[in-house]
Amino acid sequence: MSSTFTTSAARNIFYGGAVFSFLLLLALTFRTEQVLPQRDQRAQLDNPQVVAGKRIWENNNCIGCHTLLGEGAYFAPELGNVYKRRGPDFIKAWIKGQPTGAPGRRQMPQFNLTEQELDDMVAFLKYASEINTAKWPPNIEG
Amino acid sequence: MKYKSQAVAKPYFIAAMGLFVAQILFGLIMGLQYVIGDFLFPHIPFNVARMVHTNALIVWLLMGFMGSAYYLVPEEAETELHSPKLALILFWIFLVAAALTVIGYLAVPYATLAKITGNDLLPTMGREFLEQPTITKIGIVIVALGFLYNLSMTFLKGRKTAIASVLMLGLWGLAIFFLFSFYNPHNLVKDKFYWWWVVHLWVEGVWELILGAILAFVLIKVTGVDREVIEKWLYVIITLALVSGMVGTGHHYFWIGAPEFWQWWGSIFSALEPVPFFAMTLFAFNMVNRRRREHPNRAATLWALGTGVMAFLGAGVWGFLHTLAPVNFYTHGSQITAAHGHMAFYGAYVMVVLTMISYAMPLMRGRAANSNKAQVVEMWAFWLMTVSMVFITLFLTAAGILQVWLQRVSDTPLSFMATQDQISLFYWMREAAGLVFLIGVVTYLVSFFIKGEERAA
Repeated sequence: MSSTFTTSAARNIFYGGAVFSFLLLLALTFRTEQVLPQRDQRAQLDNPQVVAGKRIWENNNCIGCHTLLGEGAYFAPELGNVYKRRGPDFIKAWIKGQPTGAPGRRQMPQFNLTEQELDDMVAFLKYASEINTAKWPPNIEG
Repeated sequence: MKYKSQAVAKPYFIAAMGLFVAQILFGLIMGLQYVIGDFLFPHIPFNVARMVHTNALIVWLLMGFMGSAYYLVPEEAETELHSPKLALILFWIFLVAAALTVIGYLAVPYATLAKITGNDLLPTMGREFLEQPTITKIGIVIVALGFLYNLSMTFLKGRKTAIASVLMLGLWGLAIFFLFSFYNPHNLVKDKFYWWWVVHLWVEGVWELILGAILAFVLIKVTGVDREVIEKWLYVIITLALVSGMVGTGHHYFWIGAPEFWQWWGSIFSALEPVPFFAMTLFAFNMVNRRRREHPNRAATLWALGTGVMAFLGAGVWGFLHTLAPVNFYTHGSQITAAHGHMAFYGAYVMVVLTMISYAMPLMRGRAANSNKAQVVEMWAFWLMTVSMVFITLFLTAAGILQVWLQRVSDTPLSFMATQDQISLFYWMREAAGLVFLIGVVTYLVSFFIKGEERAA
Protein backbone atom coordinates (compact mmCIF):
# COMPACT_ATOMS: atom_id res chain seq x y z
CA MET A 1 0.00 0.00 0.00
CA SER A 2 1.26 3.47 -0.85
CA SER A 3 3.09 5.65 1.62
CA THR A 4 0.41 8.34 1.52
CA PHE A 5 -1.92 5.89 3.25
CA THR A 6 -0.34 5.79 6.71
CA THR A 7 -0.87 3.32 9.52
CA SER A 8 -2.46 6.00 11.67
CA ALA A 9 -4.92 6.79 8.89
CA ALA A 10 -5.76 3.08 8.67
CA ARG A 11 -6.21 2.95 12.42
CA ASN A 12 -8.53 5.96 12.44
CA ILE A 13 -10.64 4.48 9.65
CA PHE A 14 -10.86 1.27 11.68
CA TYR A 15 -12.03 2.94 14.87
CA GLY A 16 -14.41 5.22 12.98
CA GLY A 17 -15.84 2.34 10.97
CA ALA A 18 -16.24 0.11 14.00
CA VAL A 19 -18.00 2.76 16.07
CA PHE A 20 -20.26 3.75 13.18
CA SER A 21 -21.19 0.13 12.45
CA PHE A 22 -21.96 -0.60 16.07
CA LEU A 23 -24.13 2.52 16.34
CA LEU A 24 -25.97 1.46 13.18
CA LEU A 25 -26.57 -1.97 14.72
CA LEU A 26 -27.86 -0.30 17.89
CA ALA A 27 -30.20 1.96 15.90
CA LEU A 28 -31.63 -1.00 13.98
CA THR A 29 -31.99 -2.89 17.25
CA PHE A 30 -33.85 0.04 18.78
CA ARG A 31 -36.22 0.07 15.82
CA THR A 32 -36.62 -3.72 16.14
CA GLU A 33 -37.70 -3.36 19.77
CA GLN A 34 -40.37 -0.86 18.65
CA VAL A 35 -41.77 -3.17 15.97
CA LEU A 36 -41.54 -6.47 17.87
CA PRO A 37 -44.80 -6.17 19.85
CA GLN A 38 -46.73 -6.51 16.57
CA ARG A 39 -44.91 -9.73 15.66
CA ASP A 40 -43.71 -11.68 18.68
CA GLN A 41 -47.02 -12.73 20.32
CA ARG A 42 -45.88 -11.30 23.66
CA ALA A 43 -49.38 -11.29 25.06
CA GLN A 44 -49.15 -15.08 25.25
CA LEU A 45 -46.32 -14.73 27.78
CA ASP A 46 -48.97 -13.77 30.35
CA ASN A 47 -49.91 -17.43 30.25
CA PRO A 48 -47.67 -19.15 32.84
CA GLN A 49 -47.88 -22.38 30.84
CA VAL A 50 -45.98 -20.80 27.94
CA VAL A 51 -43.24 -19.60 30.26
CA ALA A 52 -43.05 -23.00 31.98
CA GLY A 53 -43.00 -24.71 28.58
CA LYS A 54 -40.00 -22.68 27.47
CA ARG A 55 -38.14 -23.75 30.62
CA ILE A 56 -38.95 -27.41 29.92
CA TRP A 57 -37.76 -26.93 26.35
CA GLU A 58 -34.45 -25.54 27.65
CA ASN A 59 -33.95 -27.93 30.56
CA ASN A 60 -34.18 -30.95 28.27
CA ASN A 61 -31.91 -29.49 25.59
CA CYS A 62 -34.47 -30.00 22.83
CA ILE A 63 -32.39 -27.69 20.62
CA GLY A 64 -29.62 -30.32 20.72
CA CYS A 65 -31.49 -32.37 18.08
CA HIS A 66 -34.32 -30.18 16.75
CA THR A 67 -34.53 -26.76 15.16
CA LEU A 68 -36.88 -24.08 16.44
CA LEU A 69 -37.61 -21.38 13.84
CA GLY A 70 -34.74 -22.94 11.89
CA GLU A 71 -32.13 -22.63 14.64
CA GLY A 72 -30.60 -25.53 16.50
CA ALA A 73 -29.41 -28.96 15.43
CA TYR A 74 -30.42 -30.55 12.14
CA PHE A 75 -30.88 -34.10 13.39
CA ALA A 76 -34.62 -34.02 14.04
CA PRO A 77 -37.64 -32.13 12.65
CA GLU A 78 -38.33 -28.41 12.88
CA LEU A 79 -40.61 -27.71 15.84
CA GLY A 80 -41.46 -24.04 15.31
CA ASN A 81 -44.50 -25.11 13.32
CA VAL A 82 -45.04 -28.59 14.78
CA TYR A 83 -48.18 -27.41 16.55
CA LYS A 84 -49.71 -26.63 13.17
CA ARG A 85 -48.27 -29.73 11.49
CA ARG A 86 -49.29 -32.29 14.11
CA GLY A 87 -51.59 -30.70 16.67
CA PRO A 88 -51.51 -30.86 20.48
CA ASP A 89 -52.61 -34.47 21.02
CA PHE A 90 -50.06 -35.91 18.63
CA ILE A 91 -47.26 -33.91 20.25
CA LYS A 92 -48.10 -35.24 23.72
CA ALA A 93 -48.52 -38.82 22.55
CA TRP A 94 -45.27 -38.65 20.62
CA ILE A 95 -43.21 -37.39 23.57
CA LYS A 96 -44.79 -40.03 25.83
CA GLY A 97 -44.11 -42.82 23.35
CA GLN A 98 -40.34 -42.28 23.07
CA PRO A 99 -38.01 -43.94 22.42
CA THR A 100 -39.51 -45.99 19.61
CA GLY A 101 -36.69 -48.52 19.77
CA ALA A 102 -37.00 -49.17 16.03
CA PRO A 103 -33.66 -50.72 15.07
CA GLY A 104 -31.29 -48.40 13.25
CA ARG A 105 -33.67 -45.43 13.49
CA ARG A 106 -32.86 -42.14 15.20
CA GLN A 107 -34.02 -42.27 18.80
CA MET A 108 -35.50 -39.58 21.02
CA PRO A 109 -34.97 -40.09 24.76
CA GLN A 110 -37.83 -40.56 27.25
CA PHE A 111 -38.01 -37.34 29.28
CA ASN A 112 -40.59 -38.54 31.84
CA LEU A 113 -42.68 -35.37 31.62
CA THR A 114 -45.82 -35.12 33.74
CA GLU A 115 -49.22 -34.43 32.16
CA GLN A 116 -48.90 -30.83 33.38
CA GLU A 117 -45.44 -30.49 31.82
CA LEU A 118 -46.70 -31.94 28.54
CA ASP A 119 -49.44 -29.32 28.46
CA ASP A 120 -46.89 -26.59 29.19
CA MET A 121 -44.73 -27.86 26.34
CA VAL A 122 -47.70 -27.77 23.97
CA ALA A 123 -48.55 -24.23 25.08
CA PHE A 124 -44.99 -23.14 24.35
CA LEU A 125 -45.00 -24.78 20.90
CA LYS A 126 -48.34 -23.18 20.11
CA TYR A 127 -46.90 -19.78 21.05
CA ALA A 128 -43.82 -20.43 18.88
CA SER A 129 -46.01 -21.41 15.92
CA GLU A 130 -47.88 -18.11 16.05
CA ILE A 131 -44.83 -15.81 15.94
CA ASN A 132 -44.73 -13.84 12.67
CA THR A 133 -41.76 -15.41 10.87
CA ALA A 134 -42.23 -13.69 7.51
CA LYS A 135 -43.92 -16.85 6.13
CA TRP A 136 -41.01 -19.18 6.94
CA PRO A 137 -40.83 -22.20 6.63
CA PRO A 138 -41.70 -22.60 2.92
CA ASN A 139 -44.20 -25.38 3.65
CA ILE A 140 -45.69 -27.28 6.58
CA GLU A 141 -42.91 -29.90 6.60
CA GLY A 142 -40.58 -27.27 8.10
CA MET B 1 10.93 -17.02 22.78
CA LYS B 2 12.10 -13.64 24.04
CA TYR B 3 10.48 -13.62 27.48
CA LYS B 4 10.44 -16.45 29.99
CA SER B 5 6.81 -15.86 30.94
CA GLN B 6 5.61 -16.54 27.39
CA ALA B 7 5.99 -20.21 28.28
CA VAL B 8 2.65 -20.16 30.14
CA ALA B 9 1.12 -20.57 26.67
CA LYS B 10 2.31 -24.17 26.54
CA PRO B 11 -0.22 -25.84 28.88
CA TYR B 12 -3.00 -23.91 27.10
CA PHE B 13 -1.89 -25.29 23.75
CA ILE B 14 -1.57 -28.84 25.09
CA ALA B 15 -5.02 -28.76 26.66
CA ALA B 16 -6.42 -27.27 23.45
CA MET B 17 -5.10 -30.22 21.48
CA GLY B 18 -6.57 -32.69 23.98
CA LEU B 19 -10.01 -31.10 23.63
CA PHE B 20 -9.57 -31.03 19.85
CA VAL B 21 -9.27 -34.83 19.89
CA ALA B 22 -12.40 -35.11 22.06
CA GLN B 23 -14.26 -32.80 19.68
CA ILE B 24 -13.42 -34.95 16.66
CA LEU B 25 -14.27 -38.25 18.39
CA PHE B 26 -17.70 -36.96 19.38
CA GLY B 27 -18.15 -35.55 15.89
CA LEU B 28 -17.62 -39.03 14.49
CA ILE B 29 -20.18 -40.44 16.94
CA MET B 30 -22.73 -37.87 15.76
CA GLY B 31 -21.89 -38.51 12.13
CA LEU B 32 -22.59 -42.19 12.63
CA GLN B 33 -25.84 -41.46 14.47
CA TYR B 34 -26.98 -39.60 11.37
CA VAL B 35 -27.03 -42.93 9.53
CA ILE B 36 -27.27 -45.53 12.32
CA GLY B 37 -29.81 -43.68 14.39
CA ASP B 38 -29.64 -45.82 17.53
CA PHE B 39 -25.84 -45.97 17.73
CA LEU B 40 -24.83 -45.67 21.43
CA PHE B 41 -28.44 -44.87 22.39
CA PRO B 42 -29.46 -44.38 25.17
CA HIS B 43 -25.95 -43.98 26.63
CA ILE B 44 -24.93 -41.05 24.45
CA PRO B 45 -28.00 -39.48 22.81
CA PHE B 46 -27.30 -37.24 19.83
CA ASN B 47 -27.89 -34.01 21.75
CA VAL B 48 -25.26 -34.98 24.33
CA ALA B 49 -22.69 -35.87 21.68
CA ARG B 50 -23.43 -32.57 19.97
CA MET B 51 -22.93 -30.56 23.16
CA VAL B 52 -19.55 -32.19 23.69
CA HIS B 53 -18.64 -31.67 20.02
CA THR B 54 -19.50 -27.96 19.92
CA ASN B 55 -18.56 -27.02 23.48
CA ALA B 56 -15.19 -28.80 23.24
CA LEU B 57 -14.56 -26.80 20.06
CA ILE B 58 -15.45 -23.50 21.70
CA VAL B 59 -13.36 -24.22 24.81
CA TRP B 60 -10.31 -25.39 22.90
CA LEU B 61 -10.44 -22.38 20.61
CA LEU B 62 -10.68 -20.15 23.70
CA MET B 63 -7.73 -22.05 25.19
CA GLY B 64 -5.90 -21.51 21.92
CA PHE B 65 -6.71 -17.78 21.90
CA MET B 66 -5.59 -17.45 25.51
CA GLY B 67 -2.36 -19.34 24.91
CA SER B 68 -1.75 -17.24 21.79
CA ALA B 69 -2.36 -14.03 23.72
CA TYR B 70 -0.06 -15.06 26.58
CA TYR B 71 2.63 -15.73 24.02
CA LEU B 72 1.98 -12.73 21.79
CA VAL B 73 1.34 -9.82 24.16
CA PRO B 74 4.62 -10.02 26.16
CA GLU B 75 6.61 -10.26 22.94
CA GLU B 76 4.82 -7.32 21.33
CA ALA B 77 4.87 -5.27 24.54
CA GLU B 78 8.53 -6.18 25.09
CA THR B 79 8.06 -7.01 28.73
CA GLU B 80 7.43 -10.05 30.91
CA LEU B 81 3.83 -11.08 31.54
CA HIS B 82 2.31 -9.27 34.54
CA SER B 83 1.69 -12.51 36.44
CA PRO B 84 2.64 -15.92 35.02
CA LYS B 85 1.36 -17.47 38.24
CA LEU B 86 -2.16 -16.07 37.71
CA ALA B 87 -2.08 -17.37 34.15
CA LEU B 88 -1.32 -20.89 35.38
CA ILE B 89 -3.91 -20.79 38.16
CA LEU B 90 -6.56 -19.65 35.66
CA PHE B 91 -5.48 -22.40 33.29
CA TRP B 92 -6.24 -25.08 35.87
CA ILE B 93 -9.53 -23.47 36.89
CA PHE B 94 -10.61 -23.32 33.25
CA LEU B 95 -9.53 -26.86 32.49
CA VAL B 96 -11.19 -28.36 35.58
CA ALA B 97 -14.41 -26.39 34.95
CA ALA B 98 -14.47 -27.58 31.34
CA ALA B 99 -13.81 -31.18 32.37
CA LEU B 100 -16.51 -31.12 35.06
CA THR B 101 -18.99 -29.65 32.59
CA VAL B 102 -18.28 -32.38 30.03
CA ILE B 103 -18.55 -35.05 32.72
CA GLY B 104 -21.89 -33.49 33.70
CA TYR B 105 -23.11 -33.70 30.09
CA LEU B 106 -22.13 -37.36 29.84
CA ALA B 107 -22.97 -38.64 33.32
CA VAL B 108 -26.51 -37.40 33.96
CA PRO B 109 -29.53 -36.40 31.88
CA TYR B 110 -29.38 -32.73 30.93
CA ALA B 111 -32.48 -31.93 33.01
CA THR B 112 -30.73 -33.37 36.07
CA LEU B 113 -27.65 -31.28 35.34
CA ALA B 114 -29.88 -28.20 35.10
CA LYS B 115 -31.45 -29.06 38.42
CA ILE B 116 -28.31 -29.79 40.44
CA THR B 117 -26.54 -26.70 39.12
CA GLY B 118 -29.47 -24.50 40.10
CA ASN B 119 -30.45 -23.40 36.60
CA ASP B 120 -33.81 -22.14 37.88
CA LEU B 121 -32.08 -19.42 39.92
CA LEU B 122 -30.70 -17.84 36.75
CA PRO B 123 -31.85 -19.86 33.74
CA THR B 124 -29.30 -19.68 30.93
CA MET B 125 -29.08 -23.33 29.85
CA GLY B 126 -30.57 -25.23 26.95
CA ARG B 127 -29.73 -22.76 24.21
CA GLU B 128 -27.50 -23.82 21.33
CA PHE B 129 -23.77 -23.48 22.11
CA LEU B 130 -24.65 -21.90 25.46
CA GLU B 131 -25.64 -25.22 27.05
CA GLN B 132 -23.12 -24.85 29.90
CA PRO B 133 -24.61 -24.71 33.40
CA THR B 134 -24.93 -21.15 34.69
CA ILE B 135 -22.16 -21.75 37.22
CA THR B 136 -19.82 -22.78 34.41
CA LYS B 137 -20.73 -19.57 32.59
CA ILE B 138 -19.92 -17.58 35.72
CA GLY B 139 -16.62 -19.48 35.93
CA ILE B 140 -15.86 -18.54 32.32
CA VAL B 141 -16.47 -14.88 33.15
CA ILE B 142 -14.13 -15.06 36.18
CA VAL B 143 -11.39 -16.75 34.16
CA ALA B 144 -11.85 -14.21 31.37
CA LEU B 145 -11.62 -11.29 33.78
CA GLY B 146 -8.44 -12.62 35.37
CA PHE B 147 -7.00 -13.27 31.94
CA LEU B 148 -7.87 -9.78 30.70
CA TYR B 149 -6.51 -8.17 33.87
CA ASN B 150 -3.23 -10.03 33.48
CA LEU B 151 -2.82 -9.15 29.82
CA SER B 152 -4.06 -5.58 30.11
CA MET B 153 -1.48 -4.90 32.85
CA THR B 154 1.19 -6.38 30.59
CA PHE B 155 -0.03 -4.38 27.62
CA LEU B 156 -0.20 -1.12 29.56
CA LYS B 157 3.33 -1.29 30.92
CA GLY B 158 4.93 -2.08 27.56
CA ARG B 159 5.15 -1.09 23.92
CA LYS B 160 1.70 -0.68 22.42
CA THR B 161 1.83 -2.11 18.93
CA ALA B 162 -1.13 -2.21 16.58
CA ILE B 163 -1.15 -6.02 16.69
CA ALA B 164 -1.32 -6.13 20.48
CA SER B 165 -3.96 -3.37 20.56
CA VAL B 166 -6.18 -5.17 18.07
CA LEU B 167 -5.77 -8.44 19.95
CA MET B 168 -6.66 -6.81 23.28
CA LEU B 169 -9.70 -5.14 21.73
CA GLY B 170 -10.84 -8.47 20.33
CA LEU B 171 -10.38 -10.24 23.66
CA TRP B 172 -12.24 -7.57 25.61
CA GLY B 173 -15.02 -7.71 23.04
CA LEU B 174 -15.16 -11.48 23.42
CA ALA B 175 -15.66 -11.16 27.18
CA ILE B 176 -18.19 -8.33 26.94
CA PHE B 177 -20.40 -9.97 24.33
CA PHE B 178 -20.35 -13.22 26.31
CA LEU B 179 -22.35 -11.39 28.98
CA PHE B 180 -25.38 -11.58 26.67
CA SER B 181 -25.42 -15.32 27.44
CA PHE B 182 -26.91 -14.40 30.83
CA TYR B 183 -29.85 -12.64 29.18
CA ASN B 184 -32.56 -15.21 28.56
CA PRO B 185 -35.97 -13.54 28.32
CA HIS B 186 -39.22 -15.56 28.20
CA ASN B 187 -39.94 -13.87 24.88
CA LEU B 188 -38.56 -16.35 22.34
CA VAL B 189 -37.93 -13.72 19.67
CA LYS B 190 -35.90 -11.54 22.02
CA ASP B 191 -34.11 -14.61 23.37
CA LYS B 192 -33.03 -15.53 19.85
CA PHE B 193 -32.29 -11.94 18.85
CA TYR B 194 -29.79 -11.32 21.64
CA TRP B 195 -28.42 -14.88 21.59
CA TRP B 196 -26.83 -13.83 18.30
CA TRP B 197 -25.05 -11.00 20.10
CA VAL B 198 -22.92 -13.71 21.63
CA VAL B 199 -22.73 -16.10 18.71
CA HIS B 200 -22.59 -13.86 15.66
CA LEU B 201 -20.76 -10.93 17.23
CA TRP B 202 -18.15 -13.44 18.36
CA VAL B 203 -17.47 -15.37 15.18
CA GLU B 204 -18.25 -12.67 12.63
CA GLY B 205 -17.13 -9.82 14.86
CA VAL B 206 -14.60 -9.69 17.65
CA TRP B 207 -13.06 -13.10 16.97
CA GLU B 208 -11.99 -11.76 13.57
CA LEU B 209 -9.91 -9.15 15.39
CA ILE B 210 -8.20 -11.96 17.31
CA LEU B 211 -7.75 -13.94 14.11
CA GLY B 212 -6.30 -10.96 12.26
CA ALA B 213 -3.91 -10.08 15.08
CA ILE B 214 -2.57 -13.63 15.47
CA LEU B 215 -2.15 -14.02 11.72
CA ALA B 216 -0.37 -10.66 11.46
CA PHE B 217 1.95 -11.58 14.33
CA VAL B 218 2.97 -14.90 12.79
CA LEU B 219 3.39 -13.32 9.34
CA ILE B 220 5.77 -10.69 10.71
CA LYS B 221 7.80 -13.44 12.33
CA VAL B 222 8.00 -15.85 9.43
CA THR B 223 8.33 -13.35 6.58
CA GLY B 224 10.31 -10.51 8.13
CA VAL B 225 8.18 -8.00 6.19
CA ASP B 226 8.06 -4.49 7.74
CA ARG B 227 5.70 -4.17 10.65
CA GLU B 228 4.40 -0.94 9.10
CA VAL B 229 3.09 -2.79 6.04
CA ILE B 230 1.56 -5.66 8.00
CA GLU B 231 -0.17 -3.41 10.50
CA LYS B 232 -1.75 -1.36 7.74
CA TRP B 233 -3.16 -4.53 6.18
CA LEU B 234 -4.42 -5.63 9.57
CA TYR B 235 -6.36 -2.41 10.10
CA VAL B 236 -7.87 -2.56 6.62
CA ILE B 237 -8.95 -6.20 7.08
CA ILE B 238 -10.57 -5.69 10.46
CA THR B 239 -12.30 -2.51 9.29
CA LEU B 240 -13.89 -4.51 6.47
CA ALA B 241 -14.73 -7.29 8.93
CA LEU B 242 -16.57 -5.10 11.40
CA VAL B 243 -18.29 -2.85 8.86
CA SER B 244 -19.72 -5.89 7.05
CA GLY B 245 -20.13 -8.16 10.06
CA MET B 246 -21.86 -5.94 12.62
CA VAL B 247 -24.95 -5.13 10.60
CA GLY B 248 -24.43 -8.48 8.87
CA THR B 249 -25.87 -9.92 12.09
CA GLY B 250 -29.14 -9.24 10.31
CA HIS B 251 -28.75 -12.38 8.17
CA HIS B 252 -29.87 -14.28 11.27
CA TYR B 253 -32.94 -12.12 11.74
CA PHE B 254 -34.87 -13.04 8.59
CA TRP B 255 -37.18 -15.75 9.97
CA ILE B 256 -37.17 -15.58 13.77
CA GLY B 257 -39.88 -12.98 14.22
CA ALA B 258 -37.73 -9.86 13.84
CA PRO B 259 -38.97 -7.06 11.54
CA GLU B 260 -38.68 -7.67 7.82
CA PHE B 261 -36.39 -4.69 7.16
CA TRP B 262 -33.63 -7.04 8.35
CA GLN B 263 -33.98 -8.95 5.07
CA TRP B 264 -32.47 -5.93 3.31
CA TRP B 265 -29.92 -4.89 5.88
CA GLY B 266 -28.84 -8.46 6.60
CA SER B 267 -28.58 -9.47 2.94
CA ILE B 268 -26.64 -6.43 1.79
CA PHE B 269 -24.16 -6.20 4.65
CA SER B 270 -23.55 -9.90 5.01
CA ALA B 271 -23.03 -10.18 1.26
CA LEU B 272 -19.94 -8.06 1.93
CA GLU B 273 -18.62 -10.42 4.61
CA PRO B 274 -16.45 -12.40 2.13
CA VAL B 275 -14.49 -9.22 1.35
CA PRO B 276 -12.37 -9.12 4.55
CA PHE B 277 -11.64 -12.83 4.17
CA PHE B 278 -10.55 -12.32 0.59
CA ALA B 279 -8.32 -9.48 1.76
CA MET B 280 -6.88 -11.84 4.36
CA THR B 281 -5.95 -14.36 1.67
CA LEU B 282 -4.31 -11.66 -0.44
CA PHE B 283 -2.55 -10.41 2.67
CA ALA B 284 -1.10 -13.81 3.62
CA PHE B 285 0.13 -14.61 0.10
CA ASN B 286 1.45 -11.10 -0.51
CA MET B 287 3.47 -11.08 2.69
CA VAL B 288 4.91 -14.53 2.07
CA ASN B 289 5.85 -13.56 -1.52
CA ARG B 290 7.58 -10.42 -0.25
CA ARG B 291 9.39 -12.29 2.52
CA ARG B 292 12.81 -11.02 3.52
CA ARG B 293 13.95 -14.18 5.21
CA GLU B 294 13.56 -17.92 4.83
CA HIS B 295 12.18 -18.89 8.18
CA PRO B 296 13.08 -22.48 9.07
CA ASN B 297 9.50 -23.14 10.22
CA ARG B 298 7.88 -23.83 6.87
CA ALA B 299 4.97 -25.64 8.50
CA ALA B 300 3.87 -22.47 10.30
CA THR B 301 3.98 -20.58 7.00
CA LEU B 302 1.82 -23.25 5.39
CA TRP B 303 -0.74 -22.99 8.19
CA ALA B 304 -0.80 -19.19 7.85
CA LEU B 305 -1.45 -19.39 4.10
CA GLY B 306 -4.01 -22.12 4.66
CA THR B 307 -5.88 -19.98 7.17
CA GLY B 308 -6.34 -17.24 4.60
CA VAL B 309 -7.59 -19.56 1.87
CA MET B 310 -9.82 -21.76 3.99
CA ALA B 311 -11.32 -18.89 5.96
CA PHE B 312 -12.22 -17.25 2.67
CA LEU B 313 -13.77 -20.44 1.30
CA GLY B 314 -15.56 -21.52 4.48
CA ALA B 315 -16.63 -18.25 6.03
CA GLY B 316 -16.66 -16.16 2.85
CA VAL B 317 -17.85 -18.28 -0.07
CA TRP B 318 -19.93 -20.83 1.85
CA GLY B 319 -21.39 -18.04 3.93
CA PHE B 320 -22.36 -16.05 0.86
CA LEU B 321 -23.98 -19.13 -0.72
CA HIS B 322 -26.96 -18.91 1.62
CA THR B 323 -26.84 -15.40 3.06
CA LEU B 324 -29.25 -13.59 0.72
CA ALA B 325 -32.76 -13.60 2.15
CA PRO B 326 -34.53 -15.13 -0.90
CA VAL B 327 -32.02 -18.01 -0.89
CA ASN B 328 -31.93 -18.34 2.88
CA PHE B 329 -35.73 -18.71 2.89
CA TYR B 330 -35.13 -22.20 1.49
CA THR B 331 -31.78 -23.09 3.09
CA HIS B 332 -32.32 -21.78 6.65
CA GLY B 333 -31.68 -24.53 9.19
CA SER B 334 -30.67 -27.14 6.62
CA GLN B 335 -27.48 -29.12 6.04
CA ILE B 336 -26.25 -26.10 4.03
CA THR B 337 -25.88 -24.32 7.35
CA ALA B 338 -23.97 -27.29 8.75
CA ALA B 339 -21.66 -27.34 5.72
CA HIS B 340 -20.84 -23.66 6.14
CA GLY B 341 -20.36 -24.01 9.90
CA HIS B 342 -17.83 -26.79 9.53
CA MET B 343 -15.58 -25.17 6.97
CA ALA B 344 -15.84 -21.69 8.46
CA PHE B 345 -14.84 -22.79 11.95
CA TYR B 346 -12.05 -24.96 10.63
CA GLY B 347 -10.74 -22.47 8.10
CA ALA B 348 -10.85 -19.40 10.26
CA TYR B 349 -10.43 -20.36 13.88
CA VAL B 350 -9.06 -23.89 14.06
CA MET B 351 -6.42 -23.07 11.49
CA VAL B 352 -5.33 -19.79 13.03
CA VAL B 353 -4.86 -21.46 16.43
CA LEU B 354 -2.89 -24.27 14.77
CA THR B 355 -0.84 -21.60 12.97
CA MET B 356 0.11 -20.05 16.28
CA ILE B 357 0.81 -23.42 17.89
CA SER B 358 2.92 -24.41 14.92
CA TYR B 359 4.94 -21.21 15.21
CA ALA B 360 5.24 -20.93 18.99
CA MET B 361 5.51 -24.52 20.22
CA PRO B 362 9.00 -25.20 18.77
CA LEU B 363 10.23 -21.92 20.29
CA MET B 364 8.83 -22.86 23.68
CA ARG B 365 10.60 -26.19 23.32
CA GLY B 366 13.90 -24.39 22.76
CA ARG B 367 14.33 -24.44 18.98
CA ALA B 368 13.61 -22.13 16.07
CA ALA B 369 11.70 -24.83 14.25
CA ASN B 370 11.11 -28.54 14.39
CA SER B 371 13.28 -30.93 12.43
CA ASN B 372 12.56 -31.28 8.75
CA LYS B 373 11.18 -34.74 9.39
CA ALA B 374 8.72 -33.47 11.99
CA GLN B 375 7.64 -30.63 9.72
CA VAL B 376 6.96 -32.99 6.85
CA VAL B 377 4.66 -35.01 9.11
CA GLU B 378 2.97 -31.82 10.31
CA MET B 379 2.39 -30.77 6.71
CA TRP B 380 0.89 -34.16 5.97
CA ALA B 381 -1.48 -33.50 8.85
CA PHE B 382 -2.29 -30.10 7.35
CA TRP B 383 -3.28 -31.64 4.03
CA LEU B 384 -5.17 -34.57 5.54
CA MET B 385 -7.26 -32.31 7.76
CA THR B 386 -7.77 -29.59 5.19
CA VAL B 387 -8.66 -31.82 2.25
CA SER B 388 -10.97 -33.99 4.35
CA MET B 389 -12.68 -30.84 5.65
CA VAL B 390 -13.23 -29.73 2.05
CA PHE B 391 -14.91 -33.07 1.39
CA ILE B 392 -16.98 -32.96 4.59
CA THR B 393 -18.22 -29.56 3.42
CA LEU B 394 -18.92 -30.72 -0.14
CA PHE B 395 -20.86 -33.79 1.04
CA LEU B 396 -22.91 -31.75 3.49
CA THR B 397 -23.58 -29.19 0.77
CA ALA B 398 -24.83 -31.94 -1.55
CA ALA B 399 -26.97 -33.33 1.27
CA GLY B 400 -28.27 -29.82 1.92
CA ILE B 401 -29.20 -29.10 -1.68
CA LEU B 402 -31.09 -32.39 -1.92
CA GLN B 403 -32.74 -31.79 1.44
CA VAL B 404 -33.92 -28.34 0.43
CA TRP B 405 -35.24 -29.67 -2.85
CA LEU B 406 -37.07 -32.72 -1.49
CA GLN B 407 -38.46 -31.10 1.63
CA ARG B 408 -39.00 -27.47 0.70
CA VAL B 409 -39.03 -26.84 -3.05
CA SER B 410 -40.72 -29.91 -4.53
CA ASP B 411 -44.45 -29.84 -5.37
CA THR B 412 -44.86 -32.95 -3.25
CA PRO B 413 -42.67 -32.18 -0.25
CA LEU B 414 -41.38 -35.09 1.84
CA SER B 415 -41.36 -35.00 5.62
CA PHE B 416 -38.12 -34.26 7.46
CA MET B 417 -37.35 -37.90 8.28
CA ALA B 418 -38.33 -39.21 4.85
CA THR B 419 -35.96 -36.65 3.36
CA GLN B 420 -33.16 -37.72 5.72
CA ASP B 421 -33.53 -41.30 4.49
CA GLN B 422 -33.13 -40.13 0.90
CA ILE B 423 -29.84 -38.35 1.54
CA SER B 424 -28.13 -40.91 3.78
CA LEU B 425 -25.54 -41.75 1.13
CA PHE B 426 -24.03 -38.29 1.60
CA TYR B 427 -23.98 -38.73 5.36
CA TRP B 428 -22.00 -41.95 4.89
CA MET B 429 -19.51 -40.13 2.70
CA ARG B 430 -19.26 -37.32 5.23
CA GLU B 431 -18.48 -39.88 7.91
CA ALA B 432 -15.73 -41.40 5.76
CA ALA B 433 -14.22 -37.94 5.23
CA GLY B 434 -14.49 -37.45 9.00
CA LEU B 435 -12.40 -40.56 9.58
CA VAL B 436 -9.71 -39.14 7.31
CA PHE B 437 -9.88 -35.95 9.37
CA LEU B 438 -9.26 -38.03 12.51
CA ILE B 439 -6.23 -39.60 10.84
CA GLY B 440 -5.06 -36.05 10.15
CA VAL B 441 -5.47 -35.10 13.82
CA VAL B 442 -3.52 -38.17 14.94
CA THR B 443 -0.79 -37.40 12.39
CA TYR B 444 -0.70 -33.86 13.74
CA LEU B 445 -0.19 -35.07 17.31
CA VAL B 446 2.45 -37.56 16.18
CA SER B 447 4.43 -34.73 14.56
CA PHE B 448 5.16 -33.33 18.03
CA PHE B 449 7.07 -36.46 18.97
CA ILE B 450 9.24 -36.77 15.87
CA LYS B 451 12.89 -36.05 16.48
CA GLY B 452 15.60 -35.29 13.93
CA GLU B 453 18.07 -32.47 13.45
CA GLU B 454 16.77 -29.21 14.86
CA ARG B 455 18.05 -25.70 14.61
CA ALA B 456 18.65 -23.86 17.85
CA ALA B 457 16.35 -20.95 18.66
